[in-house]
Amino acid sequence: MPDLQKLLPPPMRRPPKPGHADGKPSEYAPGEAPDGKPTGLREGRTDDPGRRLSTKAQDAPADLVGWVDERMGATSFLTAMLMRKVPKGTNWFYTLGSATLFAFVVQAVTGVFLAMYYTPSPVEAYASITHLTNDVFLGEFVRGMHKWGASVMVILVFVHMARTFFFGAYKYPRELNWVIGVVLLILTMVMGFTGYLLPFDQRSYWATIVGVNINGTGPIVGPYLSDFLRAGPEFGATTLSRFYAIHMLLIPGAIIALIGAHLYLVVKLGTTAPPWMRADRKPKASRSEPVDAIANGAGGNGSAP
Amino acid sequence: MKPVGYFEGESMTRRKVFAVAGQALGGLAGAAIVLPALGFAVAPIFDKPEEDWQAVGPEDDFVPETYVPRVITIVQGIGEAGKSTVYVRRGSTDLGEDPDSYVAISTRCAHLGCPVRFVQAAGNFICPCHGGVYGFQGEVIGGPPVRPLDRFQTRVTDHLVEIGPRYSVTSQLEPVRARDPGEYTGGVWEYLYPPRPSTAAPPSS
Repeated sequence: MPDLQKLLPPPMRRPPKPGHADGKPSEYAPGEAPDGKPTGLREGRTDDPGRRLSTKAQDAPADLVGWVDERMGATSFLTAMLMRKVPKGTNWFYTLGSATLFAFVVQAVTGVFLAMYYTPSPVEAYASITHLTNDVFLGEFVRGMHKWGASVMVILVFVHMARTFFFGAYKYPRELNWVIGVVLLILTMVMGFTGYLLPFDQRSYWATIVGVNINGTGPIVGPYLSDFLRAGPEFGATTLSRFYAIHMLLIPGAIIALIGAHLYLVVKLGTTAPPWMRADRKPKASRSEPVDAIANGAGGNGSAP
Repeated sequence: MKPVGYFEGESMTRRKVFAVAGQALGGLAGAAIVLPALGFAVAPIFDKPEEDWQAVGPEDDFVPETYVPRVITIVQGIGEAGKSTVYVRRGSTDLGEDPDSYVAISTRCAHLGCPVRFVQAAGNFICPCHGGVYGFQGEVIGGPPVRPLDRFQTRVTDHLVEIGPRYSVTSQLEPVRARDPGEYTGGVWEYLYPPRPSTAAPPSS
């Protein structure tokens, strides 16, 4: 077998390992400089998993993961995100946000595959849905996941919101994340509203008529909002494609962007401890002398009044 | 401290001029993309559909005492979803209407747009969704509807009754521009629910 290293262009070749410069075997132990002192390369707490992961990545610069990581800095990013400190008392309630995210991912994936069979035309939509449900292999299952997953996502959003509210996790400095979360809740509702029309059966049609008319009852702007949603004064030829575009392009894009902002703030600000952990919180370090003794000049340097 | 590149007496540094100009150009380029796309999306609000008159039968089909259901096409080209039932009768002298005129009542409930049904025995229109009840002329006699049932303009051409654009009525049955269900008519509501450019003008009567 030819030497792979010689086939690769120079920038992709494996750099020499410490102590193995020019490919010559070192007479020193790894991690030691020729003068026998530690190089510091393997310093650090071995009990810190994040540190261990990044050290591992640094040690393997020539394998694929290492090659990518050296250029992206993914390890340090992921380490900071996944190995971040969480408060004492963190429990299963703190997984509700991730559960909501997972529900969204399920919706996104199944939605992409449903779009492969769906036709957003008033004449063909219902036929394409029955074809998808009854004829396509596993079509009923994928559609079922999308349909029931939508309800699961709405429920999880509300439970996640309730957790945030009852744990007081919306307070300073996390108010902005609460606001982003409320926008995400509204966008989830818009997804539910626009997606409800797409099967285009009797229930979809009349529910959408009613929903659009509820929008229209807002004073001044309501009538125009209805016209915008329907693309005209009546439920017309492009109403369905308009709802479809909003459902699968406009809102998902906004949701993905806002989930990014939501997660960024979670990582940046950290999570809160549950409220019952706050009562017995103690200061990290206690003073060795009483505070009033210092104030009187009695402590420390021995300078008596 | 003076900023970098500052000369005595100038109100704006060269650096600032370029920064502002660059941002302005970027904003202009963004607007050139966003504004047409936005206009494209909201254009249907200002789009007025053409008046469409559809024959629903000869004059003799209709009597003043009861309604006859007829199906018309409100939106062309979308199959069943574009069709709607209308209840048609001849004008009744007992109710003070012109006996040569025709009344065409829309089946769209004035509450939230469900389809109402004319119940012969009761002489009422009844909505299945939220229990709206309308009298013989479409006036509200019960339930949540905010105004009487909408009507369609009618005319007679070659002894055929034709149905035209839809219009709404006030509680006194005076014609106003077509509203969506759920919107009040008459008085201050004419300003709170402004007329839309996408609807036809009401009949003058």
